[in-house]
Amino acid sequence: MGGYILKRLVSAIPVLLGITVIVFLIMALIPGDPATAILGSYATPENVAKLNADLGLDKPLVQQYFIWLGNMLTGDFGTSFALNRPVLDEVMERFGATLILAGTAFVLCSLLGVAAGVVSAANQYGAADKAITFTVLLGISIPSFFLGMMMILIFSVQLRWFPVSGMWPIYGARDVWALLDHLILPASALAVVATGVIARLSRSAMLEVLRQDFIRTARAKGVRERGVIWRHALRAAMVSIIPVLGIQAGFVLSGAVYIEIVFQWPGIGRMLVDAILKRDILLVQGGVVVVAACYVMFNIAVDVGQALLDPRIKT
Amino acid sequence: MTAALRLDGLSKTFPVGRGWLGKPTASVKAVHPIDLTVPRGETLGIVGESGCGKSTLARMLVGLLPPSTGSIEIEGAALDTADPTAFGKRIQYVFQDPISSLNPRKTIRQVMEAPLRHLHGMKRAEREARIREIFADVNLREEFLDRYPHEFSGGQAQRIGIARALAADASILILDEPVSALDVSVQAQVLNLLADLKGKRDLTYLFISHDLAVVEAVADRIAVLYFGSVVEIGPAAQVFAAPRHPYTKLLADSAPVVGRPLTAPEAKGSELPDPLNPPPGCAFAARCLRATEQCRSTVPRLDDTGDGTRAACFHPLDAPTA
Amino acid sequence: MKFLTLLARNRLALGGGVVMALVVLLALVTPILPLADPDVTDTARRFLPPFSEGALLGTDHLGRDLLSRLLWGTRLSLAVGFAAAISAATIGAAIGIVAGYFGGWLDNVVMRGVDMLMAFPYILLALAIVAALGPGLMNALIAVAAVNVPFFARNIRGITVGLAHREFVDAARLSGLSDTRIILSEVLPNVVPVIVIAMSTTVGWMILETAGLSFLGLGSQPPQADLGSMLGEARAALISHPHTSIVPGAMILIVVMSINLLGDGVRDALDPRLKSGALSRPRAATLVERKGPVPASEGRGLLEVQDLRTEFHVGPRTYRAVGGVSLHVEQGECLGIIGESGSGKSVTALSVMGLVASPPGVITGGAVRVEGEDMIGTPYRRLRDLRGRKVAYIFQDPLATLHPLYRVGDQLVEAIRAHRPIGRAEGRAKAIELLEAVRIPNAAKRISDYPHELSGGMRQRIGIAMALANDPDVIIADEPTTALDVTVQAQILSLLDDLRRSRGLAIVFITHDFGVVAQLCDRVAVMYAGRIVEEGPTASILETPCHPYTARLMACVPELGEGRRRLEAIPGLPPAVDKLPPGCAFADRCAKARAECRQGEIALSRAGPRAVRCLYPETPVMEAAQ
Repeated sequence: MGGYILKRLVSAIPVLLGITVIVFLIMALIPGDPATAILGSYATPENVAKLNADLGLDKPLVQQYFIWLGNMLTGDFGTSFALNRPVLDEVMERFGATLILAGTAFVLCSLLGVAAGVVSAANQYGAADKAITFTVLLGISIPSFFLGMMMILIFSVQLRWFPVSGMWPIYGARDVWALLDHLILPASALAVVATGVIARLSRSAMLEVLRQDFIRTARAKGVRERGVIWRHALRAAMVSIIPVLGIQAGFVLSGAVYIEIVFQWPGIGRMLVDAILKRDILLVQGGVVVVAACYVMFNIAVDVGQALLDPRIKT
Repeated sequence: MTAALRLDGLSKTFPVGRGWLGKPTASVKAVHPIDLTVPRGETLGIVGESGCGKSTLARMLVGLLPPSTGSIEIEGAALDTADPTAFGKRIQYVFQDPISSLNPRKTIRQVMEAPLRHLHGMKRAEREARIREIFADVNLREEFLDRYPHEFSGGQAQRIGIARALAADASILILDEPVSALDVSVQAQVLNLLADLKGKRDLTYLFISHDLAVVEAVADRIAVLYFGSVVEIGPAAQVFAAPRHPYTKLLADSAPVVGRPLTAPEAKGSELPDPLNPPPGCAFAARCLRATEQCRSTVPRLDDTGDGTRAACFHPLDAPTA
Repeated sequence: MKFLTLLARNRLALGGGVVMALVVLLALVTPILPLADPDVTDTARRFLPPFSEGALLGTDHLGRDLLSRLLWGTRLSLAVGFAAAISAATIGAAIGIVAGYFGGWLDNVVMRGVDMLMAFPYILLALAIVAALGPGLMNALIAVAAVNVPFFARNIRGITVGLAHREFVDAARLSGLSDTRIILSEVLPNVVPVIVIAMSTTVGWMILETAGLSFLGLGSQPPQADLGSMLGEARAALISHPHTSIVPGAMILIVVMSINLLGDGVRDALDPRLKSGALSRPRAATLVERKGPVPASEGRGLLEVQDLRTEFHVGPRTYRAVGGVSLHVEQGECLGIIGESGSGKSVTALSVMGLVASPPGVITGGAVRVEGEDMIGTPYRRLRDLRGRKVAYIFQDPLATLHPLYRVGDQLVEAIRAHRPIGRAEGRAKAIELLEAVRIPNAAKRISDYPHELSGGMRQRIGIAMALANDPDVIIADEPTTALDVTVQAQILSLLDDLRRSRGLAIVFITHDFGVVAQLCDRVAVMYAGRIVEEGPTASILETPCHPYTARLMACVPELGEGRRRLEAIPGLPPAVDKLPPGCAFADRCAKARAECRQGEIALSRAGPRAVRCLYPETPVMEAAQ
């Protein structure tokens, strides 16, 4: 297993390099030059040329890439001109907030989604199945930002159960309870869509497994139906559910962008959208690379989990 | 007389595993170099158990798989093994699973027309006439032509598969387990049809099967495959009646036969050698009761044992004393 | 057409389709409707509530008519969503088909690239693209389409790889088709339904995504508005004037939900497995709808099956797989059931313990008695209690019938634990003992193997050990050696024979092979089209078969040692069990059939141990019995 993990880590290196190349190329496509954007339209040509030289933008593209890559490897992601702050510091702070939000939502949607899928499949065409199927359909059809707005209207404005927005209270202690209070609405809104997708997939994976021969064998042995569903079928279905959890993690992370805007959550998604609108390219580059790298690492963890579950995968 | 089919050192090695940048980490010899001559008009039966390489051999013979070494010669002319279309007109293939060898979204007419159009470039009227003629030969009604594959039973679908192979007008047919997906009552129909066609159209057959009794019933000669090599080859009447290779004898003794008491004919397990780590000597040595040190260290060659049979064994079983 | 009727049968999909059609229609006629100009601002009339004079849905923060903006916005959102879905599907499918069909280095390179793109959480890529191209609806469309290409490419590649290795593609190649032709005429028609399914289930999602980018201010730019940017602009007034948010939000929900409903319907109608009911979850026990009285016990044997009837209900059709089968097996006896595929032999065997998959299977009549107790209609708890403990099964394909993710030892222990509590150490000892009983060498090591680490013969031994785990009285073996090589088959058969003699087991052995029956079974029942046509001691039947079917079937089977010859064949095919003829089901293929054979029920006539269901048997049953 140790060897397998090492192998997967090594194989991530080209993927990570590829990510930096893609990000760099997309950013290099940007029309106009960043120096003008930074200095504004009243900048003198001399100032623009000087800034371009400072930023290394007068060098050939390949050289620029390696300088940028080299700086990143030493932890230097550059400085955000809009915030006048090192990119890495800003990204790390914001990404922490996003991880709290997306992580909570991911745990919620994984547990609820798989459970709903199993219950739905085990009672195919029954009342529970129909109710879950309909709820799931509603969940995957509603835009998460609209859902978030409606939740604010109902639970914060009308019922006054939760704060309207933000991550921390403006006054008062910044403890776990305050965080939870602020977290519940956005995390639930974020979890809804992914729960729907996971529930659907778990349901069909379960149905697929339930008609396999080994399920009949378990029944022929006299295994109780509960054991057939949760021990035999779910275990086998997890083999196809786990990769979807990996993909859904990406969707949760993506959906966090909208939720952060709606709930004023100080996460990286909001930072990226602001940075794009302000053309703060170094900040966009840094943010995208850090998030993508974390996502790659998460997917390796998913693969390792898969290998632990399925002995047929060569480790 | 030139042979219909001649194989010279034909072998196949598959790469396995994938290392850095997709380079294989090891290789498996699925078919060891085989020399084989099939005279015109003969039915050569090829028997072997799963994993013996019989399907790999068949796919090489029709050009679906490029051989690793060796050459194929048809009626004295070498075949360009790099050109798949060169095969179609000279050697054709009948698949094991008749239904899945037909595209579910094409009518039988479209299936039948493909070889006529693409291999022989026939015009429409010509094709119609040819299809009618072939369908009459395989006892299929013409109304079937506009139906889709799922409407047919296994036996009918296999007749369609045979008809398609005939449409290419090749003189050699590779029959890869053509009846093993069929029920016995239908199996006999198809086997008899194949026998009729062979006489009528002067065909040469390579009949691959795991069913010894079926092969014995249709073949002139039989080759026994084990772990990618021919271990015994000889006249059909002799191979199972008087096996010379211990593996052939094991096969013959294992087949359930009415009137023979149930015995487990072998005591030494049934595992094949590990293909990633093949034994240096005879592949059957570990299961063989007659194996000696020589068997375990040297690969036996396919040698004449007298009476027309050849066996790859250092200690062949005795010829029956007549 | 068939597709449309299937789609229409699904009421939810139909509802979705109707709503969708209405929305599309509205979007199409929007330019000719008498609506206010969507972009004309009138700050005097800001935030009018719905149902105001001259503004049915009210106005927004700039006093623009919401209804007009909603319809124009819907038009835009639909157009962008569909355009994104179609371009992503086309490009993705093309990449997937080419990579999947040609394989090799091309596939490697393309799929590495796809992996790379999928290593981004998709919105990062979309944001990066929009950042590069600049905000705008067209650029948002490009971004959404681009991030979806890898999903389509990967999905379609998987399907294509499967198709490229199918036999009909090989057959096309042998028919002289070039690669391009094979892709166009063999692969593509089989991939299209998958593309349509993938598209219909992602259109809704694409509309959400473009709306999302507009919501962030990165899509459509003012004054032009799609549904997303309407929502984005309304957000500032969410608490004071919620209707400006709810109107576009609800529209997105309606559009996407109707598309998703329709998409699910399309998927279901195109998926062949759903038509055959193959995606239904089989119940814990076969459904019982017994018509007619329960036959009284005759007290024969350990296991007694009386007039068993099992049907498959698929749509309007009823397949009578088992049409009144009676048989019994005594202690220490081996009963063979022989027949061709579709004869009902396996369904008979599975019906005994309610293991026929249902839906579509239904047991409609008869009784199955285990030590006199009727199993049909018995409560599930009781049935479960007897499964594996009194009557155990061995199935055909030992790879598919063992759980792939559990160690074989654990699967053995579980069989015991289903019926009595057993400790860890005792369980392990018992598992080893069972493996030794089925002559698996090195049993103590083998119990921690997974099924895929064992050979076919070893796996079937595990299957047998599992059946023996609770010392059952009866073992039902459903073609246990069909998937095995002959040399392995011989070993398994002799093992079963030894076990039955040493343990006094009753075995019901289902097979299609006369050789196996002859070697293993004491008695044999021959089945044809769901009924037993002949029954009796094996040796006697093999010597003097009474039923023409038995006689002709035996003649069909080539036997080793008879040399090259022409085989006897039975003309025609067995009848389909949903259209059984009256009278004898074999009459159409029988040379001796007369008019009487095709009328009415033909009874099983018995004489001593022999029985035959024929009016004109080959040998009179009385004679054969002697």
